[in-house]
Amino acid sequence: MSELNVNKISCQKGYNNLFSELSFSLTSGDILKISGANGSGKTSLLKILAGLSSAECGSVSFNQNQAGSSEYQKDIFYLGHLPALSSELRCQENLSFLSHLQSDNEPDITKNTLIDMGLKGFENEYTANLSAGQKRRVVLASLLINRAPIWLLDEPFTALDNNGIGILEKQITKHSSDGGICILTTHQDCSLSNMRTLSL
Amino acid sequence: MNIFIQTLTRDLKIALRNPSSFLNPLLFFVIAVSLFPLAISPEAHTLSNLAPGIIWVTCMLAVLLSLNALFHYDYDNGVLEQMVISHHPLPLLLLAKILSHWLLTGLPIVLLSPLLGAALFLDRESIGVLMLTLLLATPSLSLIGAIGASLIVGIKNSGMLLSLLILPLYVPILIFASSAVSQAQFGLSISAQLYFLASILILSLMGSPFVSALALRTSLE
Repeated sequence: MSELNVNKISCQKGYNNLFSELSFSLTSGDILKISGANGSGKTSLLKILAGLSSAECGSVSFNQNQAGSSEYQKDIFYLGHLPALSSELRCQENLSFLSHLQSDNEPDITKNTLIDMGLKGFENEYTANLSAGQKRRVVLASLLINRAPIWLLDEPFTALDNNGIGILEKQITKHSSDGGICILTTHQDCSLSNMRTLSL
Repeated sequence: MNIFIQTLTRDLKIALRNPSSFLNPLLFFVIAVSLFPLAISPEAHTLSNLAPGIIWVTCMLAVLLSLNALFHYDYDNGVLEQMVISHHPLPLLLLAKILSHWLLTGLPIVLLSPLLGAALFLDRESIGVLMLTLLLATPSLSLIGAIGASLIVGIKNSGMLLSLLILPLYVPILIFASSAVSQAQFGLSISAQLYFLASILILSLMGSPFVSALALRTSLE
């Protein structure tokens, strides 16, 4: 069974101590919601888990692979605040490049990937012409083809309409039942079953 | 290797769909060089003496002008973040970005140089040497520039800082390249300068992607 281990990590921004000696572990199928007020360190925690920044002390590992190692990075999918889309590229091209970055194999992108995400008719549209919610959907479409066991989603519901939120919740539930781990931050109520909450 | 080609084609595609991003430095190069005869003297002897320096200094400034855009755009939209956390080696991804920068800036400068050399009354052999020095040294300009660009990514209005960081590193290239062209005009040997330019290219090719990757990780933390 796969296990994500967070062992006594601390994070400091300037003179602010955001959290110290934080430990938890998650196993296959777990969904963890990180809650907390603005500025409490939710995004910083996700960035540490994504290997984007390092903790002041402590360690993060998945199946004995330390965060930052190539094996660990292969196992994560991180969605930050920024859209990660280039406005000069079409939806399909953006999705294809993102998937290549995240996986070694040729991504299994079909016409349906974007249609499943509610973007029918926009496959060949430049992302510059999309709304904020539609851009979010393009990035989230890479969840459909991603094989990474750990999903780290920073405010994934932002800018999505009710239908988009529904699609995303369904994907997270499916990922969890397939044995994946999902960690998300959100200020919205979400109706995911077997979700644990971590307050910062 | 697949991801190298994917990154390269993506960057080229983005640049070609937004041509002003790479045409501006090239236009600057052509316009600045062609203004010198108007300001100094239209006389062939004077211009051919100054030509190596004029073309090389302008080339360097044109490259400097284009460096700001190397990472800023991907930093703003979050793609750089995805590159840093990707399991692919970051230096390889950066090398692809640097190669696309050279293909869009350095290579066109090499191709434009005979025209501008002829406009400044350089003889045929000197134009050949000018092209050779540009071909050897413009990749180094992109490689060394990438280090500066990755250090300043995320800092707003950092154009001046980039010049301060990078220009001192460009000076040896400027000295060897322009003196090669000047010596060729007098029929002297230029092998020493070419060896130096080649060694700078090899050194920067070996070091720059790794140093830039390190600098980028620090800038994004």
